[in-house]
Amino acid sequence: MKISTRKGILQAVGFLALRAAMGLVLAVLVLFLYDIGRKGGGAISWEFVSQAPRKGMTEGGIFPAIFGTFLVTVITAALAVPLGMAAAIYLHEYARQSRLTRLIRLSIRNLSGVPSIVYGLFGVILFVNVMRFGTSVLSAGLTLGLMTLPWTITASEEALKTIPNSYREGAMALGATKWQTIRTNVLPYAVPGMLTGTVLGLARAAGETAPILFTGAAFYLPFLPKSLSDQFMALPYHLYIMATQHHAIQQVRPLAYGTALVLIVLVLGLNMTAVILRYRLRRKQR
Amino acid sequence: MSPAENAIKIKTEGISFYYGPNRALRNVSIGCLERKVTALIGPSGCGKSTFIRTLNRMSDVVPGSRLEGRILLDGRDIHAADVDVVELRRRVGMVFQKPNPFPKSIYDNIAYGLRINGMRNKRAVEALVEKSLRGAALWDEVKDRLDDNAFTLSGGQQQRLCIARALAVEPEVILFDEPCSAIDPIATAKIEDLIERLKKDYTVVIVTHNMQQAARVSDFTAFMMLGELIEFGPTDRIFTAPAQKLTEDYITGRFG
Repeated sequence: MKISTRKGILQAVGFLALRAAMGLVLAVLVLFLYDIGRKGGGAISWEFVSQAPRKGMTEGGIFPAIFGTFLVTVITAALAVPLGMAAAIYLHEYARQSRLTRLIRLSIRNLSGVPSIVYGLFGVILFVNVMRFGTSVLSAGLTLGLMTLPWTITASEEALKTIPNSYREGAMALGATKWQTIRTNVLPYAVPGMLTGTVLGLARAAGETAPILFTGAAFYLPFLPKSLSDQFMALPYHLYIMATQHHAIQQVRPLAYGTALVLIVLVLGLNMTAVILRYRLRRKQR
Repeated sequence: MSPAENAIKIKTEGISFYYGPNRALRNVSIGCLERKVTALIGPSGCGKSTFIRTLNRMSDVVPGSRLEGRILLDGRDIHAADVDVVELRRRVGMVFQKPNPFPKSIYDNIAYGLRINGMRNKRAVEALVEKSLRGAALWDEVKDRLDDNAFTLSGGQQQRLCIARALAVEPEVILFDEPCSAIDPIATAKIEDLIERLKKDYTVVIVTHNMQQAARVSDFTAFMMLGELIEFGPTDRIFTAPAQKLTEDYITGRFG
């Protein structure tokens, strides 16, 4: 066999393997979405997304859970976005690259791998008990915020890394201060990437159950949280209850699938927002 | 020639520069005359880029670096406690090896330096943008497309844009760090013409790996090797009657 044909065959086989891998991943995703869509689609109605559960959660909707998830995500963002971006700016632009900063960076990477239940327990101790926020929207939001922080820091730092050094040098050579350089000639180009990573982190937080389990999420509440120190219902926790803890599991199964569908659509929506945001911001710069 | 034109604008006194433990410059003393072009030549790694970056303290930003000796701008030590490095860099502008326009419009690239230096008056900014682009011989090519992104320009135009950007903040000295190494010969010729004209108003220091370029554009030439200044003098003399054997070997192409 000629070498060139052998190389050609090898290449064809390689491509095929890569295509198959991607096809497999896609197939799982499609199957998964199809299954949830089929079983949960029937439960979706205006009433389902706009009303509270009734009759021991066997009827009615999931509005309080949607509202709770929204609220807690806002608090998560309020903590994780500014702090994460600021930490990334410090780490990448200001901190000297030393053993200490390498250690800090390594710790941050490791923190993003810590199981979410550990964050949950940490949140109970720090926010619920020590800081006396009680089991509340605030405690849960802050716990999720802590969990998201390593992601936002890492994503933001990666975004800063993509900005060529020549932008910084060029600005400084014109007499810009370090902060002016960062604010006017680094951040504007890094923010799209920073936001994308951040929103992805938030989407992940919105779907988490473990960190809010002990810090503020309620099994069932007859009212919406009126302040940040109230407990709240949340989609992932509600789904967990409906799927495993409910007294009439068979009866509420369609509602559980409906909840799952709403949660997925929400998270997907957040991810899409990130993509669109990045696209818009990038285009504006051209 | 009036005496003012002969004054030394920027001068180094025995500077050595270290990247961590490595010494990149050894005891270099050069005086650059006002409104003259001083060229730095030498083989790769001889320290000429390091040298030029000490002149506007861009070398400060390298972690773990250290400078010994003094650098005087108009007779004042640029490392003195009361010298604002930001103001120093406004007075001593720099054009880099690779054109580095910002991803903004042509207009905003030039206006950038004015804005960060606090100029808010729109008309004044406009006037200076035009003046700078004319100064860099780019105005006629871009006057109808000022809002286009700077990346739409050719490489040579981008480099002239960077020169215009440096001119806009009205510096006194302009440092060129191998400004033509990334552009084609025709664009190079344009930039050389430009440098020739710039020296009417500015003190120019240029690093180049191209000896012919040094011979064409400069009034004085410094030849460096392995971090040391081997010879410094009027360009005519350096290229016709070098005093040092090393200089002669280099300019006659025996190594490099």
